[in-house]
Amino acid sequence: MSRQKLIEKAMEILFLICALTSIIAVLLICIFLFANGVPAMSKIGVFNFLLGTKWTPQDIPASFGIFPMILGSIYVTAGAIIIGVPIGILTSVFMAKMCPKPLYKILKPAVELLAGIPSIVYGFFGLVLLVPLIRETFGGKGTSMLTASILLGIMILPTIIGVSESSIRAVPDSYYEGALALGATHERAVFFTVLPAAKSGILAGVVLGIGRAIGETMAVIMVAGNQPRMPAGILKGVRTMTANIVIEMGYAADLHREALIATGVVLFVFILIINLAFSLLKRKVD
Amino acid sequence: MNQTAASARPQKHPINRLTLKQRIKSYLKHPLSLFLFLIVAAATLITVFVLFFLILYILIKGIPYLTPSLFAFEYNSENVSMFPAIITTIMMTVFSLILAVPLGIFTAIYLVEYARRGNKIVELVRLTSETLSGIPSIVYGLFGMLFFVTALHWGFSLIAGAFTLAIMILPLIMRTTEEALKSVPDTYREASFGLGAGRLRTVFRIVLPSAIPGILAGVILAIGRIVGETAALIYTAGTVAQIPTGREFLFMSGRTLAIHMWALSGEGLNTNQAYATAVVLLIVVLLINWLSAAVAKRLAKS
Repeated sequence: MSRQKLIEKAMEILFLICALTSIIAVLLICIFLFANGVPAMSKIGVFNFLLGTKWTPQDIPASFGIFPMILGSIYVTAGAIIIGVPIGILTSVFMAKMCPKPLYKILKPAVELLAGIPSIVYGFFGLVLLVPLIRETFGGKGTSMLTASILLGIMILPTIIGVSESSIRAVPDSYYEGALALGATHERAVFFTVLPAAKSGILAGVVLGIGRAIGETMAVIMVAGNQPRMPAGILKGVRTMTANIVIEMGYAADLHREALIATGVVLFVFILIINLAFSLLKRKVD
Repeated sequence: MNQTAASARPQKHPINRLTLKQRIKSYLKHPLSLFLFLIVAAATLITVFVLFFLILYILIKGIPYLTPSLFAFEYNSENVSMFPAIITTIMMTVFSLILAVPLGIFTAIYLVEYARRGNKIVELVRLTSETLSGIPSIVYGLFGMLFFVTALHWGFSLIAGAFTLAIMILPLIMRTTEEALKSVPDTYREASFGLGAGRLRTVFRIVLPSAIPGILAGVILAIGRIVGETAALIYTAGTVAQIPTGREFLFMSGRTLAIHMWALSGEGLNTNQAYATAVVLLIVVLLINWLSAAVAKRLAKS
């Protein structure tokens, strides 16, 4: 009996240790990123690093300003939001409130599939189809902020649709029925009573989409052009923070390498802020 | 007034279905409603169109290039075989799952079966796993490079990649297992305790077996993420195009299918082979989605 108890206790401790791994993982990620990135920031100077507009790591003296990349990430993400959010929310309205059941059985797996396609495949699709399309329609090289925004807009669709749909479904039916009783048509009832009631949940979905877009790497690299200069226009190339890391990490050394890790730190801080906003919004919904 | 109320379609109990003619009449009376309906339908069409277009485009362009030489046992720059990458992908998947699945399941067991309500650790674990699931893969890649590759001196290797991916999929497995465990009715546990079984026996003999379909669905999703992952692997597992073999294969570099595709499309010389690789990746993803849907369906039935 006492052996039994010992095993019980030992296993409980084992389970507890396992539960602690995710905490340890987050701590390790924070420690290693900050320990390797922050010294570079102070060496370069925080202002020179964050607000410097020149990224010329190979020059002598080298200049490490990641402001172009920060702007690049923000612009591309904003573009993705402009394209992806309206389509995503409207699609989720259709799926939650207007879709006949047989159609829903096709639509739901389709959206899940959209979420499952690897980003490298999206990137390749953008490279072989979107880039030439943009080049022929608008001129320029085709690899541009616009191309990246369109591709990212497509990629964040399943995130936005998923979260919006469940928050629209969570709105009590009485809202909808009340609107109907007052003489609203089906569409009016959905758009002017149900949708406003699901506002916080939908916003949480948008925030989650922002997180996805700003952290996306491979797909953006393949279609954005990646020129490390200040964004010059919607049809010109941009480089995002994520792209900066992947492109140059292969050959970077010393301060250059540390500056790239510091770029990762800045990205990480962005993501943490977005995550915080998301969980605050979600808490509000619950 | 009466007519407009009737024009709405009650979703649960269709008492008075409208004919198409009535609906058109109602829409003509309410142009805003018509407009709203049209933009909603258009958005849905765009979403579906993009998906099917992407899949068909890649399949049609890629399938002709699925030649036998692409599956040759050895990789060389002539045949750019994806066979080594397929084997490496399988190895990477297996190792990542070996690390992450027990960890994730045990964590979920602790959270659901052992921890008392209001336990501070539980809240902290929830918070950190939420944080982990929001971190983009490139940040995992950076961390893996700094920790496993550099600090632990593992070099670009299978094992460094597998550990990095294991952390990445941990929150996914944890969450799905947690939900699966929670959906097991408490009566099962009470009956087991009532028969004199200990907590441990109850968990492994009663609760876990009934939660297996839910856990499996999570594992399948995790496989999908591993197979499609690129950014987290470039600087942890590296990009060597051969199968890691020999006694120290765990510490050798290898490229998975997704990285193989990245390398091919980056070189710009092998676009056709990149198409073919994309086809294989897409087929794997389709298979995984179908599988997880099938598992979920069985789950819903039972």
